Amino acid sequence: MNVLACIKRVPNTGAKIVLTDDEQRIDTTNLGFTMSPHEECAIEEAVQQTEAHGGSAHVLTLGPEEATEQLRTGLAMQADEATLLEAGDEEWGPRATASAIANGVRELGDDGAEFDLLLFGNESADAANYQVGTRVAAELDLPCVTGIKSLDVEDGTAIARREVSGGEEVYEIALPAVITVKEGINEPRYASMRAKMQARRQDVDRREPTADTGAGTYEKVRLEAPETAESEAEILGDGTDAVANVVDVLESEVEVI
Amino acid sequence: MTLAFVEREGSDPTEETLEMLTLARELADGDGESLDVVAFAGGSRLSVDELGAYGVDEVYHVVHDRLDGYAPEAWGESVAQLASDVDPSAVVAPGTDRGHEVLAHVGATLDVPMAANCIGIDVVEDGAYELRRNRWGGSLIEHARLEAGTTLLTPAEHEFPIEKAESTTDPSESEFTPSLEDTQFRVQVERVERADEEGIPLGEARVVIGGGRGVGGPDAYDQLEELADLLGGTVGASRAAVNEGWRPHDDQIGQTGAKISPDIYIPCGISGAVQHMVGCKGAETILAINTDPEAAIIQKADYAVIGDLHEIVPELNDTIREA
Ligand SMILES: Cc1cc2nc3c(=O)[nH]c(=O)nc-3n(C[C@H](O)[C@H](O)[C@H](O)COP(=O)(O)OP(=O)(O)OC[C@H]3O[C@@H](n4cnc5c(N)ncnc54)[C@H](O)[C@@H]3O)c2cc1C
Ligand SMILES: Nc1ncnc2c1ncn2[C@@H]1O[C@H](COP(=O)(O)O)[C@@H](O)[C@H]1O
Repeated sequence: MNVLACIKRVPNTGAKIVLTDDEQRIDTTNLGFTMSPHEECAIEEAVQQTEAHGGSAHVLTLGPEEATEQLRTGLAMQADEATLLEAGDEEWGPRATASAIANGVRELGDDGAEFDLLLFGNESADAANYQVGTRVAAELDLPCVTGIKSLDVEDGTAIARREVSGGEEVYEIALPAVITVKEGINEPRYASMRAKMQARRQDVDRREPTADTGAGTYEKVRLEAPETAESEAEILGDGTDAVANVVDVLESEVEVI
Repeated sequence: MTLAFVEREGSDPTEETLEMLTLARELADGDGESLDVVAFAGGSRLSVDELGAYGVDEVYHVVHDRLDGYAPEAWGESVAQLASDVDPSAVVAPGTDRGHEVLAHVGATLDVPMAANCIGIDVVEDGAYELRRNRWGGSLIEHARLEAGTTLLTPAEHEFPIEKAESTTDPSESEFTPSLEDTQFRVQVERVERADEEGIPLGEARVVIGGGRGVGGPDAYDQLEELADLLGGTVGASRAAVNEGWRPHDDQIGQTGAKISPDIYIPCGISGAVQHMVGCKGAETILAINTDPEAAIIQKADYAVIGDLHEIVPELNDTIREA
């Protein structure tokens, strides 16, 4: 069984987000990069499923050349292959992204890499469009279910579970299929130093993305960092000396004791 | 016309649906057009009585012999077919798993853009929409311009209040039967398995004690559990603590975890990363316990205690128990 995990490179923002002067992007001068926790879980799931059922795990991203760093994270987590759809620095919208991924999957198929399972994050860390996986499924005419937190594959059928209030919905879907996952579906492994070194030497398959655009337009105008109330907290004290004051807040202000 | 996709519990619209109707009504009123809703029949049917209070003009019940349970693709296709028939300027869905999933299918079927997590929308000249939507779980806002024959939108969670309309309407009802193919039933809920709920779910707790990397290991959570018990609350965690394997992911608070809205949140040994803080935006009061006076959480909290949680929490427990 061959499994594809699609991931997106995003800045690893800390305690405060700073924008560039033109308000078009996050100022990443002092930042590292990462991917969504959902997508780390998609990679882990791809690796675990291929460890259990044979076949190969493949990671793919549409992004700038630097996104090979996130692909190598995937390789270090024991994915077998990586594809970069090299798109430059501009962020692509969800429709163009989905179209490019679908075209990339078709191309990979023509080159002999057919996937039984395509895994996505439920939503991307930065944009949270909630749609790229579903649109890829529609383009490739594959069944799709989103927000999955447990997945078993048996005899070509995916048994997928989604949390709803009070329980779980269970889906049984014939493969090939698209499934979008949420953090918590598994515990992503830490890559060993040795695995990271090996990943650095592995080849990344690079391709030109192509995308078709549909009707209507969605244009980002600018970003805004909302004013967070920088109200310095009232310090109730140092160490155990503060306990009496804490009790006071709990008692008279919040009234929970 | 604005068409709103309604989720129901039994015959009543869900809370998220009522929040979404606030946004949908703003759009309809702005356009001077009608507000129509679509709901799936099956088992029971949406009751229209209450909807008049929210300004709904027409209710479409989707009726189909194979549509008893939830089937994302078939639901999306049905809404898309209805939209093609009645030609709304916008289709709005609740900002829930299901709302996003159904609307994404509508977007794929109609091949039009979709904007999720909206917090504000203006209809400008020429029918284009100027909107603001949350990014990074709400720590950034995107201003965007959307132009499409049919605009697809979801509101950000708990961004719009539940509000009745200024004048009550008397909604008319009709049935809509989509034409669906076998392939659209490739994905459907086979069964729902009930889970045993233990304790108070994080999202509903009035008191939440958070434990982060500063807790140092799984055992020290006992102190936090004790504090939670004393205050009638629940323990949550940061992603760092979950990644360490100290707590299950169900306990995680933040962008990819639970969103909490307690009367008081007490983060212990948590630094205050934006992805954590978007999960506790709804907390009335935040009281942080942290060894580092420079930690970001100190800026974001209402109250802070500077010091070692391993000393402070047990002492606090003793004091409360004796009180
Ligand atoms: C896309 C994305 C999504 C994410 N989603 C989430 C999410 O849903 N939830 C989440 O929590 N994080 C999330 N994160 C991770 C987030 O960025 C932080 O890495 C994480 O919240 C840090 O956890 P922490 O505060 O426990 O650890 P740290 O940042 O390591 O902070 C530990 C704190 O404990 C204090 N401390 C240490 N010892 C003690 C002691 N003895 N007593 C008191 N204080 C002590 C330290 O001063 C420090 O402030 C996400 C990240 C990304 C990129
Ligand atoms: N540029 C990209 N490259 C690869 N996968 C992506 C990209 N953007 C989004 N995705 C995938 O689609 C999921 C949903 O994204 P979104 O629709 O933006 O919320 C993400 O979690 C990723 O798995």
